[in-house]
Amino acid sequence: MTEALLFKDIDEPGLNTLAVYEARGGYEALRKTLQMAPEEVLKQLEASGLRGRGGAGFQIGKKVSFLPKGSMDKYLVCNADESEPGTFKDRELMQKSPHMLLEGIVIASYAAGTSRSFVYIRGEYVLQADILDAALREARDAGYVGEQILGSAHSLSLVVHRGAGAYICGEETGLLDSLEGKRGNPRLKPPFPANQGLYQGPTLINNVETLATVPTIMRIGGAEYAKLGTETSTGTKLVSISGHVRRPGNYEIELGIPSREIVYGLAGGPPEGRELKCWFPGGSSAPVLTPDDLDVPYDFDSLAKAGSMLGSGAIIVVDDSTPIVDVALKLAKFYRHESCGKCTPCREGTNWTVEMLQRIDSGEATPMDLDIMASVQEHIIGNCLCVLGDAMAMPIGSMIAKFRPEFEAHIEAARARNNDLHPARPAAAVDEQALIAQGALDA
Amino acid sequence: MNVPPELRAEIEAHMALYPDSRSAALPALEAAQRVHGWCSPEAIEEVADAMGVTPASLEAVTTFYDMLETKPVGRHAIYVCTNISCSLRGADQLFAAIQEATGEDQEFNLRPFECLGACDIAPMASVDGVYVGPLTTEDVSQLLDDVRTGRSVLPDKQLATRRVADPQANSREFAADPPQEVQQ
Repeated sequence: MTEALLFKDIDEPGLNTLAVYEARGGYEALRKTLQMAPEEVLKQLEASGLRGRGGAGFQIGKKVSFLPKGSMDKYLVCNADESEPGTFKDRELMQKSPHMLLEGIVIASYAAGTSRSFVYIRGEYVLQADILDAALREARDAGYVGEQILGSAHSLSLVVHRGAGAYICGEETGLLDSLEGKRGNPRLKPPFPANQGLYQGPTLINNVETLATVPTIMRIGGAEYAKLGTETSTGTKLVSISGHVRRPGNYEIELGIPSREIVYGLAGGPPEGRELKCWFPGGSSAPVLTPDDLDVPYDFDSLAKAGSMLGSGAIIVVDDSTPIVDVALKLAKFYRHESCGKCTPCREGTNWTVEMLQRIDSGEATPMDLDIMASVQEHIIGNCLCVLGDAMAMPIGSMIAKFRPEFEAHIEAARARNNDLHPARPAAAVDEQALIAQGALDA
Repeated sequence: MNVPPELRAEIEAHMALYPDSRSAALPALEAAQRVHGWCSPEAIEEVADAMGVTPASLEAVTTFYDMLETKPVGRHAIYVCTNISCSLRGADQLFAAIQEATGEDQEFNLRPFECLGACDIAPMASVDGVYVGPLTTEDVSQLLDDVRTGRSVLPDKQLATRRVADPQANSREFAADPPQEVQQ
C-alpha cells in the first residue's frame, strides 16, 4: 500500500495558507516545471496515465494534447461544480488544500499554453470559494499566479467564478455557457471544447481532483505515478462514501483495491443487523451493483466490465431498510428537477419516469408498467445533447433489471393496500317490493 | 436609472474580470439579490443597466438557477439536502421537522435542496451558507434559535471543523479476507 498523496497532511492546521503549504514543499513542483519545456511537462502528464477524476475518466495528457498550438486565446477551466449526488471530495480538497489546486492549475496551464483560467465553483460552496479566493490572493502576491510567474515567460490570470445552483453546470459545455453568463444549457458536440470552448476559444476543462494531482505527478515523475494503481487506472483516488455505512467520508485509496475494502474495511459497512442491498460505485448516475459485486476491483475498467462505472468516485450504499422504489423515485425526481429541458427524451423521460414510479407507490401500476418504464430508459440513452438523461436512465434501468421481483412485490402490496382503502362498491340492494309496486317488475 | 453606487461598483468590478463582461451575470445578480432580498424586477433592471444588457436576458438566467430567487423570500436561507444520501439517513423527517418549527415565520427561506455535496455529514443543511450536520430533529430548535439571535449556528456541527475520516486510508494493510463486522 502507498502513502497518501492528496490527503498528506490534509488536516494540518493552516494547510490552506501559503506559509504552511510552502513549508510542506508546496509550489516546488511549479518551480521545477517552469525549468522544463512545456512539451516535456506534457510528456510527464501523458506518462502518468492520470485519468480525469470528474466522471468521464479521460486521460489528462490526451486532453491537453488536443488543444491546438498557436497564439490564439486559450483557456483553462477547472470544474469545481461538484454536484453529482454522493460526491464531496473536491469540497474537502478546496477547503483544506486550496494551494494544491492552484499549483496544479498553473502547471497544467503551462503545459497547455493557456494564459487565462477560471475555477467554476458551485455557489453552495461558500466556505470553499472564500478559502480559494484567499489562497488566490496569497498566490498572486507571492508571484505564483499573474504576469511572468516566478520570472518565467509564463503568465496566467485566474478567476474564481461562483455558480448559482444547477447540476447541469457540471456538464462541461453547460458549464461554459454558464461561465459566459447564460443559462447552463449543454451545447451540441462537436465542436468539442478543446477546439471551441469558452468564448469560442480552445479550452481545457478538468476536475478539481485531477488538477490537484498534477503537482504530485511533477514532483515524483509521471512514470513513478503510473506505478500506482492498475495499468489502465493509475494512481490514487479520493472516494466519497455515504448512505448506509458506519463511517461515511472521504478516503484516499489506491485504484484497483477490492470494492469490499472500501465499503466494509474503511467505511464499516451498513449498521448492525442490516444487510447491504445495493451500491452506486460512482455517484447516483452509475448503474447499481449488488453485494455479489463487492469483490470487483475499484478501478475504471473493472467497474465498467461489471456493468457500471467509477464516475466521480462516489460510493452510495443502500441497505435492506430502504425499498428500492424509494431510491429510484428520489433519483428520478432529482434528474427531473435538474434537466435543462432542451432535449425531449430527457425532459419528458425524467418526468414520466417520476410519474410511473409514483403510480407504483400509490398502487395504480401493474407489472407491465415496469416494461414500459424500462423502455423509456432505453429511449433516453444516447439520444440527447448531454448525458443528464442517461445519468437517470442507467441507474433506473439497472434497478429494474436487478430488483424486478422487489418492484413487482411493491406494486402488488400497494395495490392491495389501495383495495383495502377503497373496496369495490357492493352492488346496490334492490328493493323488489318497491319495484313491483311501481309496476316495473312482475310479481 | 438609479442604481445604488455600491452595487454598480461591485458589478463593474466583476465585469472587469472577464474577457467578455457578460460573464459577470451570475455574480452581478447575486450581488443585486443581496441588496434587494430577491431578484425582483427592480433588481434585474439595475443589473441590466449596470451591465448594458437587456432585462429579459437576465430574467432568463435568473429562472435557471436554484439560488437566484424569483419571488420574495425570508432573510435566512435554510437549504435542507433531501437528495439520496441524506434521505437514506433521515433528511425527509428532518425537513418536515424544520418546516413544522418554522411554520409561517417570514424570516426563513426554507427549501428542500438537491445534493449539497456534504453526504459525509448527512443529513445536513446549509444555513445562510454555513454547512451543519449530521442533524437530528432534536437539533431543530437550537438551530432556529441560533439563526434568530444571530449566533453562530450549531458550532459543534459545522462542517468547517470536521476532519477527514481517515487520512491514512491508503496506507492500511488489508487482510486477504477482510472482516465483515468492523468495530465502530
